[in-house]
Amino acid sequence: MATTAAPAGGSRNGAGPEWGGFEENIQGGGSAVIDMENMDDTSGSSFEDMGELHQRLREEEVDADAAAAEEEDGEFLGMKGFKGQLSRQVADQMWQAGKRQASRAFSLYANIDILRPYFDVEPAQVRSRLLESMIPIKMVNFPQKIAGELYGPLMLVFTLVAILLHGMKTSDTIIREGTLMGTAIGTCFGYWLGVSSFIYFLAYLCNAQITMLQMLALLGYGLFGHCIVLFITYNIHLHALFYLFWLLVGGLSTLRMVAVLVSRTVGPTQRLLLCGTLAALHMLFLLYLHFAYHKVVEGILDTLEGPNVPPMQRVPRDIPAMLPAARLPTTVLNTTAKAVAVALQSH
Amino acid sequence: MAEAAESPGDRGRASPRPLFAGLSDISISQDIPVEGEITIPMRSRIREFDSSTLNESVQNTIMRDLKAVGKKFMHVLYPRKSNTLLRDWDLWGPLILCVTLALMLQRGSADSEKDGGPQFAEVFVIVWFGAVTITLNSKLLGGNISFFQSLCVLGYCILPLTVAMLVCRLVLLAEPGPVNFMVRLFVVIVMFAWSIAASTAFLADSQPPNRKALAVYPVFLFYFVISWMILTFTPQ
Repeated sequence: MATTAAPAGGSRNGAGPEWGGFEENIQGGGSAVIDMENMDDTSGSSFEDMGELHQRLREEEVDADAAAAEEEDGEFLGMKGFKGQLSRQVADQMWQAGKRQASRAFSLYANIDILRPYFDVEPAQVRSRLLESMIPIKMVNFPQKIAGELYGPLMLVFTLVAILLHGMKTSDTIIREGTLMGTAIGTCFGYWLGVSSFIYFLAYLCNAQITMLQMLALLGYGLFGHCIVLFITYNIHLHALFYLFWLLVGGLSTLRMVAVLVSRTVGPTQRLLLCGTLAALHMLFLLYLHFAYHKVVEGILDTLEGPNVPPMQRVPRDIPAMLPAARLPTTVLNTTAKAVAVALQSH
Repeated sequence: MAEAAESPGDRGRASPRPLFAGLSDISISQDIPVEGEITIPMRSRIREFDSSTLNESVQNTIMRDLKAVGKKFMHVLYPRKSNTLLRDWDLWGPLILCVTLALMLQRGSADSEKDGGPQFAEVFVIVWFGAVTITLNSKLLGGNISFFQSLCVLGYCILPLTVAMLVCRLVLLAEPGPVNFMVRLFVVIVMFAWSIAASTAFLADSQPPNRKALAVYPVFLFYFVISWMILTFTPQ
C-alpha cells in the first residue's frame, strides 16, 4: 500500500506544481491544510479510493502537460515531459501490480470465508443428520427443513470414493490404477454435482422451493445409504444380499429425499416428474456402482485379455488367423480389440 | 511551503521532494521524546551476520538439514505434546517419505500397460492432493493452523506407513500364503493406527475442541486409502 501510494503521490506533486504552487502563493497560510489533505488521500486504505485518486491524478496531469506545453523554454519542456511521463508510467505499473496482488490475496481469503458458514457443524449434528437421511418423514403439507451444510456431503463423497477403490481392489479387477482412481473420484463428484444441478434445474422448471445448496446437501446425505450398501456388498459377495440392501437401505434414503421434495413441490405432475427422476437416478446409480466396477468390467477383461478365455468367443478371431493371406487384418483386428479393451478399462 | 518556494520551473528535482512537504509543517511539541532504542535492530543484524550460512561447508548445511528432518522423524515415531513439527515446518521430510513410498509401491514389471499396481505419479498425487484437501477442510472448520504447517504434519505422519511398506516388501520375499497375509495385515493395521495417533496428537490442538472428530475423519480416510494400497500391493 505504501509503495503504491508513494509514486502516485510523487507523480501528482511532480507533475502539477504550477497549480499547487500558484494556489499556495495566493493562499499563503492555507497550504498546510492542502498538504494534509493530499497526504490523507494517498494514505487511504481502500483500493477504490486509490483508483479514483489515480484517475483524478491522470486528468490533472493531462492538464498540467497542456499548461506546460505553452511555456517558452522548449528544451526544458522536453525534459519535463519525459520526467512526468516516466513517473506516471511507474506509478501506473506499481498501482496495477499492487492491485492485482491484493485482489488475488483478497479473493482467496474471501473464498474461504464465503465457504466457512457451510462447514459450521458439530459432530452431534452430523451424526443426527446421517441417521435422519435414512428415515423418511411422511409430511407433505408443510415444506420439510433441509440443513444447508456441505461438510457431511463432502465427506460422504470422499468416503464413497474410498469404498469404490476398495471394491475395485477386492474384486481383483485388473485395471490400471491411475485411471481407476480418477474414475472413482470423477464418478462420485460427477454424480453429486451433476445430478444436483440437473434436479435443481428440474425443480426450477417444476416450481419447487429448493436452493442449489439445499439440493447439494440433500443429495449428499442421500449418498450415506450408498456408502453402507456398497461397503457391505463389496466385502460379502452375495447377489441376494445386495438386492435386499439395494431395496431396503437404498430405498429408504431415496424415499427420504423424495419425501422432502414432495413436500416442497406443488401439483401432482410436477411431483411425479421431479421425484420420479430423482428416485430413478439415485437407485440406478447404486446398481451401476455395484455392477459396473464389480462384475461387468471383470467379465469384459476376462473375455478380452484374460488367460482363460472361453473358446466360443475366440472363434471369429481365430478363423482369419489360419489363413496366411489374412495375417494383416488379424493383427489389425487384434489391435482394435485391444484398443476397445483399453477404452473399456478406462471407463 | 517548501514546495511553494521551489516549484516554479524546477520540477525535475522537486518530484521526490513534496512527498515530505506536508511533514515540514507538523510541529512536534518538546515534551514528547522523539528518540528511541536504535541499538536493537543493529544488534540483531550483527547476530544474523554471525550465523550466516554462507561461509560454512556444504556438508555442514546438508547435515544440519538432515538432522532437523531426522529429529522430526523421531517426533512422529514417538509423538509427544510438542510443537517442533508445527513451529519449524519443512516439506523435505514429506517429499522424501512420499518419493520413497511411491518408489516402493511401483511394480517391477516391464510392461507398464498391463500393470495393475499403483503408479509413481498416482501415489504422489494421492498424498499431496489428499493432504491439501484435509488442510482446506480443517481451515474451513475453523482451525487455527497455517496451510504449510498442516501439510508438514500430514506428510511426516506417513512415516509409519512407509515403514509398514518396507516390512511388507520384506515379508513378501517369503513364501506367499495366509500366514504371510496375516503378518502384513497386522503390520499395516498397527502402523495405520500409529499414523492416525501421531497426526491427531499434532493437529487436534489446532481445532476447536468440539470439532476434533470432524477434522480427524478425513485424516482417517486419507491414511486408510494409503494403507489399503500398501496392503494390497504385490510385487508381480
